[in-house]
Amino acid sequence: MTIALAATAATLFGTGTYLLLQRQLSRIVIGLSLLAHGANLLLLLSAGGRGEPTFVGAADQDSLLDPLPQAFILTAIVITFGASTFLLALAYRSYEFTRDDEVQDDLEDRAIALRVEATEEVDEGEEPDETTASSEQALRT
Amino acid sequence: MKVLLAAPITVPMAAAGLAVIVGRWRSLQRVISLTTLVVVAVTAIVILVRVDSEGTSATQAGGWPAPIGITLVADRFAAMMLVISALMLAAVLVYAIGQSGVDRDHVGFHPVYLLLAAGISAAFLTGDLFNLFVSFEVMLTASYVLLTLGGRRDQVRTGMTYVVISLIASVLFLTAVAFVYASTGTMNLADLASKLDTVPSAIRQALVLLLLVVFGIKAAIFPLFFWLPDSYPTAPTAVTAVFAGLLTKVGVYAIIRTQTLLVEPDERPQELLLIIASATMVIGVLGAIAQNDIKRILSFHIISQIGYMVMGLALFTVAGLAGAILYIVHHIVVKTTLFLTGGLVEHRTGTGHLDRLGGIVRTTPILAVLFLLPALSLAGVPPFSGFVAKLALVDAGFADGNYAVIGVSLLVSLLTLFSMTKIWAGAFWGRPHTSADEQRPVPILMIVPTAALTVLSLAIAIGAGPLLDLSTRAAADLEVRSDYVEAVFGG
Repeated sequence: MTIALAATAATLFGTGTYLLLQRQLSRIVIGLSLLAHGANLLLLLSAGGRGEPTFVGAADQDSLLDPLPQAFILTAIVITFGASTFLLALAYRSYEFTRDDEVQDDLEDRAIALRVEATEEVDEGEEPDETTASSEQALRT
Repeated sequence: MKVLLAAPITVPMAAAGLAVIVGRWRSLQRVISLTTLVVVAVTAIVILVRVDSEGTSATQAGGWPAPIGITLVADRFAAMMLVISALMLAAVLVYAIGQSGVDRDHVGFHPVYLLLAAGISAAFLTGDLFNLFVSFEVMLTASYVLLTLGGRRDQVRTGMTYVVISLIASVLFLTAVAFVYASTGTMNLADLASKLDTVPSAIRQALVLLLLVVFGIKAAIFPLFFWLPDSYPTAPTAVTAVFAGLLTKVGVYAIIRTQTLLVEPDERPQELLLIIASATMVIGVLGAIAQNDIKRILSFHIISQIGYMVMGLALFTVAGLAGAILYIVHHIVVKTTLFLTGGLVEHRTGTGHLDRLGGIVRTTPILAVLFLLPALSLAGVPPFSGFVAKLALVDAGFADGNYAVIGVSLLVSLLTLFSMTKIWAGAFWGRPHTSADEQRPVPILMIVPTAALTVLSLAIAIGAGPLLDLSTRAAADLEVRSDYVEAVFGG
C-alpha cells in the first residue's frame, strides 16, 4: 500500500511538473493542483505506514495512526484550494483582456531587448531600424 | 510577556475582521488599521526591550506543551525584525492613505493589508515549521490580493506569474514538510534542532537544501529571482514598497533561521551559499543597470542586496551574522524609502520612465533630497546606514579570510552607485519635460512618511554602534542554539 501511494505521488509530481512547463494557463493551474495532491499524499505517507483510526480507547495506543499529518493535509488542502481559486479568477480576468489563455511575456524585458538590438545595429554602422524603435514605442503604450 | 508574543499576530487579524465590518466607512477603516499598526509597533518594541534584557522568550498556543502545541518564540533577531517591519507597515499605510486611487480606496485594501501584517509577524514569531508554512501562506495570499487589487491588465499579467511561482514554492515547502516529518516525527523547530541529528547525514543535507530552495524562491536569490522584477513594479507604490522592504526579507529570515538552527556547524553549505551570494549580488546589479524605469531599477537592486544578506549568513560567524542582521534592518528602511520616493516621482510627473523624466531638482527639490539620501545609503557611501552595514559585513569577511566575496561585494557597491547616478541623472537633472505647474501636487501625507523613513535611516547610521552591539547579541543567540531550545522547552 505504501509503495502504491508513493508511486502515485511520484506520478502526480511528474505530470504536474510537465503541465507546469506548458504555455497555457489552464494547464498550469491543473499542473499546480496535481503537484499539490502529490505533496498531500507525501504528507499522508509521512505518518509512517498503517495504523488504527485515532479514537481514544478504540485500540491500543501504540497501534494508533499518527493523526498530525492528516491535520496538516486538511490545512494544506484549504490553502491550495483557495490559492487555485484565486489563480482561476485571475486567469478569467486575463482572458477578458486578451481573449487568450497564454502566459504573457514581460513587456519591459522585450522593450529592453529591442533597444539593445537597435543600439547594436548603430554600432555596426547601419541606421537604427525604424520598425524596432516604433515597436518599442508600441510596447510602452 | 507571554501574552504579548501573540499580540502582533492576533491584533491585526482581529482588526482585519473589524475593518471588513466597517467597510462602508472608509475613514473609520483607516483609523482602525493605523491604530492597529501603531499598537503592533509599540508591542514589538516592548517585546524587543524585554527579550534583549531577559533573553529568548517562548509561549505555547493553547497551553499544549512543546513539541505538541504550536510554539511562538521571540529571540533578539525575531524581535528586531518585528519592530522594523511594524514601523515600515505603519509608515507605508500613512502613505497609502495620502495617495488616493482606485486600489487604495478599495474596500478590501485595509483588511488585506492588516492580514499581510499578521502573516509577516507570524512568520517571524513562529517556532514550528508547519506554522511557518501557514504564516507564509497568509502573507502570500494577502500579497496576491494587494498586487492585483486594481485589476488592470498589466497587474493581472504579472500577478499570474507571481501567484504561480509562489504556489510552486508552497508546494515544495509542503513536500519539505512531509519529508522532515517522515524522518523526524516533529515540526517544532527547537525539537528538530536536536532530532535532525539522528537522521542520516545525506538525508539531512537533502532536507536542508530543499528548505533553502523553498525560501530561496521567496527571498529571490540567484537563480530563483526572475519573478521579482517582473511582478513588483506593477503594483501601486505603497504595496510595492511593503513587498520590496519586507516580503523578500521574510524569506531571508527563514533561510537564516533554518540554516542556523537546523544545521550542524560542520555541515553548513558554506561554499554553496558564498557562491549564491556573489552571483545574486552581481546579477542583480547588472540587471539594474540595464533597466530604464525607476521602479524596475529598484526591483533589481532588491535582488542584489539580498546577496549581501546571504553573504553575511554564509560566513557563519557571529560577526558575519551580525552584519547580515544589521544589513537587513538598514535595507528594509532604505529600500522602502526609495520605493516611496519613486512613487512620489511617478505621482508628481505621471511616469517612472527615465526617458520621459528630468529636472526634478528644479521643479520639486524635496523629492531630490528624499531620493539622494537613501540612494547614497544604498550604495554604501559614508556616513549613511548602508556604509555602516557594509563595513560590518566586509569586516566579518576579512576576519574569516573570504577575500573573493569581499571583492565582489565592493565591486557591486560601485555598480550600485553607478545605477543610482543613472536614476539621478535621468530623473533629477536635466531639463524638466513638464513645468512645475503642469505636474500634480504631492499630498503632504505622502511626503511625511517618506521623510520619516529617511530620518530613520539616518538614525540607524548615527546609532550604528548600539545597533551593531544588539545585532551581535542577536547573532550570538543564533549561533548558540541552546538558548532557543531551552526557551521553548523550559517555558
